[in-house]
Amino acid sequence: MELSGGEIIVQCLRDEGVEHVFGYPGGAVLHIYDALFKQKELKHILVRHEQAAGHAADGYARATGKPGVVLVTSGPGATNVVTGVATAFMDSIPMVVLTGQVPTPVIGSDAFQEVDTVGITRPCVKHNFLVKRLEDLADTIKKAFYIATTGRPGPVVIDIPKDITDPGIKIPYHYPNKVKMRSYNPVVKGHLGQIKKAVKILMEAERPVFYTGGGVVLDDAAKPLTDLVDTLGFPITQTLMGLGAYPGSGKNFLGMLGMHGTYEANMAMHETDVLIAVGARFDDRVTGHVKQFCPDATIIHVDIDPSSISKNVRVDVPIVGPVKQVLKDMLKVVNEGDKKPKQQALKKWWKQIDKWRAMDCMKYDKKSELIKPQQAVEMLHKVTKGDAYVTSDVGQHQMFAAQFYRFDKPRRWINSGGLGTMGFGLPAAIGVQMAHPKADVAVVTGESSIQMCIQELATCLQYDLPIKIILLNNGYMGMVRQWQEFFYDSRYSQSGMSVTPDFVKLTESYGHIGMRVEKSEDLEGAMKEAFSHKDRLVFLDVVVDPAENVYPMIAAGKGHHEMYLSPGSELV
Amino acid sequence: MRHIISILMENESGALARVANLFTARGYNIESLTVAPTEDLSLSRMTLVTSGSDEIIEQITKQLNKLVDVVKLVDLTEGGHIEREMMLIKLRAERTQREEIKRLVDIFRGKIIDVTDTSYTVELTGAASKLNAFIEAVNEELIIEVVRTGPSGIGRGPKGLSL
Repeated sequence: MELSGGEIIVQCLRDEGVEHVFGYPGGAVLHIYDALFKQKELKHILVRHEQAAGHAADGYARATGKPGVVLVTSGPGATNVVTGVATAFMDSIPMVVLTGQVPTPVIGSDAFQEVDTVGITRPCVKHNFLVKRLEDLADTIKKAFYIATTGRPGPVVIDIPKDITDPGIKIPYHYPNKVKMRSYNPVVKGHLGQIKKAVKILMEAERPVFYTGGGVVLDDAAKPLTDLVDTLGFPITQTLMGLGAYPGSGKNFLGMLGMHGTYEANMAMHETDVLIAVGARFDDRVTGHVKQFCPDATIIHVDIDPSSISKNVRVDVPIVGPVKQVLKDMLKVVNEGDKKPKQQALKKWWKQIDKWRAMDCMKYDKKSELIKPQQAVEMLHKVTKGDAYVTSDVGQHQMFAAQFYRFDKPRRWINSGGLGTMGFGLPAAIGVQMAHPKADVAVVTGESSIQMCIQELATCLQYDLPIKIILLNNGYMGMVRQWQEFFYDSRYSQSGMSVTPDFVKLTESYGHIGMRVEKSEDLEGAMKEAFSHKDRLVFLDVVVDPAENVYPMIAAGKGHHEMYLSPGSELV
Repeated sequence: MRHIISILMENESGALARVANLFTARGYNIESLTVAPTEDLSLSRMTLVTSGSDEIIEQITKQLNKLVDVVKLVDLTEGGHIEREMMLIKLRAERTQREEIKRLVDIFRGKIIDVTDTSYTVELTGAASKLNAFIEAVNEELIIEVVRTGPSGIGRGPKGLSL
């Protein structure tokens, strides 16, 4: 079979099992779009801005575990998608991003819509390619998928000059089944000696705690993690990226840790003698002040990426390997060994934890007439029976969603944890809903974030995506306002967002249903009504208490034991 | 501490940029960097001199290893190794100084490879510290130009860094 470059790309994607491509056409990719036009299997989702193509593919990947695929043109198409690529890179999301490029003979001549895409994206991709020969195209695409989805996943960019896709030049097509790269061999198994050593330490632990992250979700290791935690009877806390791997309603779950983590999770981290970190990277939003992080703990760290180990915090027992395999091996060693965890010590440890839990650090005023954002998220949980896919943007609403939606399943909580990209939520939800057409998909967002990719309401209409947008509208960039209140004597510099469109009318003009709710007592009815529209997008503008802040809070650079629990409270 | 990291990498366009990028993006020190293809033209050998605490050097080697183009690497400073750098140095050599400079070049086992009425160009090879010593030994006012390749290194013994 002889194919042109454009046809090869389409055929490679089909052979790779890709079903959806998120993109936006332009001059440098016209040949590819023409090849797309001539087939039916591969579905293209036309976004309204290339950034959204990146986030949609990213959301698709997070919800399914399959790589998200993006196709955009050269120059501004490529620069617009960079935010999407960087977002995926920071959270290790597998993506393959195809960017058009000016024809090879004019590369470097500042041609129309030329930009050095490989150079621009180099620091925010797992790897990138510039295809210079048509003969290399299929191999390069295979390599890109292989690199994106194996080891620690991440986005891979393939920059394709226009002449490579010329419909007039055809070559025999062959898509390789396998790819072998001498310079890239991800680890497939953890070291058994290290695993045994770790188990021995776990069995001696008196105040152990699991600290798990996005790596568990990415490697679909929720089951072995839950089994191991329940077998050992240890407490577990999860990072923002890890939520849902161990059930949020599970009895051993202490809640999220870190800057806006629970009192019990952070105190347990501070007092623990054995910390087992799994697929987490000791991010500064988690550790707080590194010098005061887990001061008494022996630290075990399981991660696929050796460079994550001992990067921010010195680790005692490193285990490099895929999280799922290591956890299974660990469980096997635990089950086959004759040693049991120290029951007396654990009992005492749980007693201490229950004392911390009794502080009820997540309490908020439930009698308020104004709607509290926490209450809105709890209502969302109730109405969706805790079974929705929830995407979010970045800020207070993101933290409220993470704290109050108690995710029981992995891949349900979809947010930009590492890069913290406002504008992520709505396009990400497009990807999620494409992957799961029948599922409830909710975007928890703020009036500031939603405006950063609001144009995607049109995409939702074009593809009949019945996404539910829950806007926690407090008239401020809430998190910015909170920091200004705490650390800048309430000088609210440029954080007000009271000038917004009428979201109800705006949504209606896009052909969807818009609703607004202002009183606590009307919240449940409104939320139920929103979700009763099974085949329509509903934008629910929830007017919330503008003064509400996210608690608990550890100020940047403080230790886990130094938390603000409520307004006006001292450090505890 | 100063470390010499030797890297075997794919001889692909952009590979050098990836390494250089890594150092700027993560704020690591880079003192020198030399790179050229090996006997296998699909591979390049890079010698990189950097400095930092043990933790930083550990991160540097891990991050370098993570680059898809890097095939293998070794921190030469961890074992016995040989380090060589070449310097071309142009010196003002007027009548009264010519003998003195010639003697100095001989002591350092260098070669004079270009001569004019008023100058010598000297080729000198050795560890970076030897080249430094030569520069210090020459009267500063006599130096017209210094060109150094940056160190290349190789491990001692029969084993090599190969595929």
